Amino acid sequence: MSEVVIAGIGQFPVGEHWKISLRSLAARAILPAIRDAGSLKPQALYVGNFLGPMASHQSNLGTLLAQNAGLDGIESFTVEAAGASGAGAFRMGYLAVASGYVDVVLVVGVEKYTDMVGPQLEAYTTTAMDYDYEVMAGLTPAAQAGLLMQRYLHEYDAPRAAFGAFPLLAHANGAHNPNAMFRKAITPETYAKAGMATPPLNQFDISPHADGAAAVILTRSSLLPRAGIEQAVRITGSSVVIDRLAPHDRPAPLAFEAAALSVEGACRQAGILPADVDFFELSDVYSIYAALSLEAAGCAPRGEAWKMAQEGVFGLKGTLPISTMGGFKARGNPLGAAGVYQIVEAVQQLRGQAGENQISGARRALVQSLGGPASTAVTHVLERCP
Amino acid sequence: MEIPRHWRINPQRYELIGEECPHCKIKIFPPRDVCPNCGGEAKEEYTFSGRGEVYSFTTLYDGPAGFEEMTPYTVALVKLEEGPVVTAQLTDLGSTGVEIGMPVEMVTRRIRSDGDERGMLIYGYKFRPVGFTTAK
Ligand SMILES: [Zn+2]
Repeated sequence: MSEVVIAGIGQFPVGEHWKISLRSLAARAILPAIRDAGSLKPQALYVGNFLGPMASHQSNLGTLLAQNAGLDGIESFTVEAAGASGAGAFRMGYLAVASGYVDVVLVVGVEKYTDMVGPQLEAYTTTAMDYDYEVMAGLTPAAQAGLLMQRYLHEYDAPRAAFGAFPLLAHANGAHNPNAMFRKAITPETYAKAGMATPPLNQFDISPHADGAAAVILTRSSLLPRAGIEQAVRITGSSVVIDRLAPHDRPAPLAFEAAALSVEGACRQAGILPADVDFFELSDVYSIYAALSLEAAGCAPRGEAWKMAQEGVFGLKGTLPISTMGGFKARGNPLGAAGVYQIVEAVQQLRGQAGENQISGARRALVQSLGGPASTAVTHVLERCP
Repeated sequence: MEIPRHWRINPQRYELIGEECPHCKIKIFPPRDVCPNCGGEAKEEYTFSGRGEVYSFTTLYDGPAGFEEMTPYTVALVKLEEGPVVTAQLTDLGSTGVEIGMPVEMVTRRIRSDGDERGMLIYGYKFRPVGFTTAK
């Protein structure tokens, strides 16, 4: 089997794009990705999206987005896995190319969050939880993170303020990413003074929902145009694992078991250990999720990720950089599109195109997207072509 | 309005009726079609005592649609004495501070309006501190 490679990337800045429609937003990532791949013609388009049917009253995005981008007559449909929708679509693209049935795949993650405003929009994001047994108690995704963080502080006797290390490093990295929603570093004082959200989470522990679109072109290395070989990035590991949907149904809610198993699966396929990667694009949707993801991956002992964060281990100059282009906190959280942004950012690093945030000598990346509190975990290992 | 959906789930909401697995005897809430412990088919009803303790908690100051009027409200993970953990609001807290490990018991309260303009009211379980009584 010839290797599956990422041949092109495209992204549009995350933000509140009142003037841009869902279909147009997708096109602004799709067209640059196709150009970047040397105009390889996609035979299939897999769309990652979470809220379209609710927030934009639009289903069957596969057809709409393909048509709008001038891709008539191809194969196309949507993959939905809440916040991991984009990563799920990427996994679908990987499987399609690896199977040999499709030569060139286009994956787009797109979320149009600002088509409406108000509490109903917040209610739509709760559809990823157990409606009968979580949502009916008034729980929201942020409150779910609050429950997990409160328990973490209790079990590990961790100081709440220590979690500020995660948003601080994310905002510092976002400052140099032209596609980030927030491009300004924050100080420890700003974090300490932020208003409470769903305690113990404060407002800086929560990533902002926003509009966004990112796209990639996948193909087999043997089909790459000659000029494209140098910048191609190999997909050497791919794994999706689910947990029970609601934390209350899990024997150990802080274990993020699906995240752990999915890292294990992707690394086993790549023939590496998590410690062999040069950086980790994780899902810091909430500060506590960054800590739990690091611990699940085995990159930090249980209950100690916050200590390592304070010591600078996860900064750009640390031994395991995370959220290198700003993560969910500073790049923004375009929900169903986020997973494809993470892949695009990892490719930027592996190609040496990450500008001021470039990790020197970056050869191998671990990329993980979560749907809910690791109810779904999608993990990929990406490597620079030798 | 989602009348059938809410009607269907009334045994769980009003009486905390879950299941006892006929094969391994583990207690299950909410009900499932397959036992999470042994993989057998689960279908025997079991009524939980409604007693438990706070496993974790948080407070919402902004609620999603259907819950805006209740804010602020506290949601907890409650570990029932029979084993399962449920997500539920805490109520009748008065000036009591919430702590992990605090004993609580189930009560039936209004949990939400349906959100429809006709305003169907939905009742279900919440938990209150044990030993805490109010005049009403
Ligand atoms: Zn059983």
